[in-house]
Amino acid sequence: MIQALVFYMFAGITVASAVMVITARNPVHAVLFLILAFFNAAGLFLLAGAEFLAMVLVVVYVGAVAVLFLFVVMLLDINYLKLREGFLSYLPTGLLVGAILLAELALVVGSWKFAVDAPLSVGSRVPDMALISNTDALGRLIYTDYFYLFQASGLILLVAMIGTILLTLRSRPGVKKQNIAKQNARNKASSVEIRKVPSGGGI
Amino acid sequence: MAELWTGYVWPTVIIVAEIIAIVLPLLIGVAYLTYAERKVIGAMQLRKGPNTVGPFGLLQPMADGAKLFLKEIIIPQGASKAVFLIAPALTFTLALVAWAVIPVNQGWVLANINVGVLYLFAISSLGVYGIIMAGWASNSKYAFLGGLRSAAQMVSYEVSIGFVMISVLLCVGSLNLSDVVHAQEKGMWFIIPHFPLFIIFYISGLAETNRSPFDLPEGETELVAGYMVEYTAMPFALFFLGEYANMFLMSATITTLFLGGWLPPLHMVPFTWVPGVIWFILKVCVLLFGMLWVRATMPRYRYDQLMRLGWKVFLPFSLGWLILTAGVLEVTGWLPK
Amino acid sequence: MSFLDRVARDWLLTELFAGMAITFRYMLKPKATINYPFEKCLLSPRFRGEHALRRYPNGEERCIACKLCEAICPAQAITIEAEPREDGSRRTRRYDIDMTKCIYCGFCQESCPVDAIVEGPNFEYATETRAELMYDKAKLLSNGERWEPELAARIAADAPYR
Repeated sequence: MIQALVFYMFAGITVASAVMVITARNPVHAVLFLILAFFNAAGLFLLAGAEFLAMVLVVVYVGAVAVLFLFVVMLLDINYLKLREGFLSYLPTGLLVGAILLAELALVVGSWKFAVDAPLSVGSRVPDMALISNTDALGRLIYTDYFYLFQASGLILLVAMIGTILLTLRSRPGVKKQNIAKQNARNKASSVEIRKVPSGGGI
Repeated sequence: MAELWTGYVWPTVIIVAEIIAIVLPLLIGVAYLTYAERKVIGAMQLRKGPNTVGPFGLLQPMADGAKLFLKEIIIPQGASKAVFLIAPALTFTLALVAWAVIPVNQGWVLANINVGVLYLFAISSLGVYGIIMAGWASNSKYAFLGGLRSAAQMVSYEVSIGFVMISVLLCVGSLNLSDVVHAQEKGMWFIIPHFPLFIIFYISGLAETNRSPFDLPEGETELVAGYMVEYTAMPFALFFLGEYANMFLMSATITTLFLGGWLPPLHMVPFTWVPGVIWFILKVCVLLFGMLWVRATMPRYRYDQLMRLGWKVFLPFSLGWLILTAGVLEVTGWLPK
Repeated sequence: MSFLDRVARDWLLTELFAGMAITFRYMLKPKATINYPFEKCLLSPRFRGEHALRRYPNGEERCIACKLCEAICPAQAITIEAEPREDGSRRTRRYDIDMTKCIYCGFCQESCPVDAIVEGPNFEYATETRAELMYDKAKLLSNGERWEPELAARIAADAPYR
């Protein structure tokens, strides 16, 4: 009973905050609601017994991705009035797209069923949860059957990262940069010189 | 009725009692950490520190608390009121919530979950929100800049903290924090093979908790008090308590990962007489003293230096060490399980 | 060799630990703090604190209303009104010092030909209201009565150097 109550609490907050994401007037509030939605989705994962996924969702999405979202949104200079302008003129198009999506979803859900041999064609068996932990099971799957796919997705992310750096990196001449190794390498002999200055003669 | 009692009410009572047993000592510890900080830094600067309220000034934290409690809460005009008030509560709550998975003694842990390390990591990665929300909601440029700084800083240092944790976990073979300590019981404390990682984790911990020398988010010389400028009274007190509770949490994490948790330094008679929880507290206290000591010694980092340290020194080093650890474990066949 | 030495120093964080060692040593040293309300520093006889108007030993007030102090006061904190007393001597009717304006330069004391207005050793005269800092003649004279032994001693101690 408690499980069901907790599930409906998490699910309800997830849906409510997801609605708030698109209806909140202030974009920063929208991102904050998005974070709340992520967080409650993690709670749902926990209830489903996928504690590793729940934690990873919090670490990756809430801890890193949403921070960057928030960062960008906070720095935007948005005129809220202008943002609301033309809301009515876009409304029919938006409604149309929404209606089509809804209809398609309804069609899919209405006519969808398991293929008879679907459970047999699953590549990997669900291991006994009583014997090994969630993390262990996931690791065994990722690093054996799906090793290449996993590594490939990692490489894609790496390429994306290097590409971003390459696109934004430009070496500008005349910029003063601190070279800490060079600073540490300085010693008394190389930086201080003691001279006898004759009085009245200058250096 | 009996089922309701044994099934729901009684477990709830026990859990609440356990939570109080963790939170109450923690809060008292936090109060006296502020006192210890003023005393230690005072001593290092040849001052006496608080010595008037009560014997040796021991009641000073109570007086400070009472003062902050009685002051008026001021909410700046144009502030986003709800976010402004949620931010300090969030910071404080997160600092307490993470204690659920810290084992303070053999079996003394509120939630002995299998993903304890990840849970800690997740909670500490949430910590940035308290500050960033406070910075944005204050509607003040100083607070905002402080919030931005802290967001970038905490996200950066989390990466190296993550790699350090992974290196340690490779030697354990489990994400459960009690297992981490048990692994050190069989072998040796991880501080011995992983000493450089310990240093990196400690310094990253300072950055993660916004402690000096990484306290740029509240750098008073240029940002007045950073994200805390607009806060008064209880919201300010919550931030303050949150920062110190986070120091406790970071010390407890380091103790568990590197210093063998509740284990005595040697398995010999005089040491094994002392209960494990005392060893745990002692280790945490030593680490906390180190944090205060660093604050009294180091000047504040400049922002680009901080980023350089995080991304160009700690990250490559911890990544390299991770590969080294994995290699050594594989070659020597010491891999757990 | 110097390269190796430097790299070793960098990686072993020697400078960091040297700094930490210094602060640790200082922590164990005796404290320099003076426990203020219970212990106090020695004050120079020239210390310029709260003002006082002095009297002669026979009880006659020293001030002759020459208004030199009023004239020299750079903050214009002093207000004096003078009129002849019944016996025909020149005395002040009003002698006010606005302590919120005063900058404690000591010019009034320097300019006084009869050592009437002086700045005493007292610096603990904080008040709860601003009005209490508008000193009038009665207040200044009572200050003089309270501090007279010390004021006289201070003037005597400083006399050889004037």
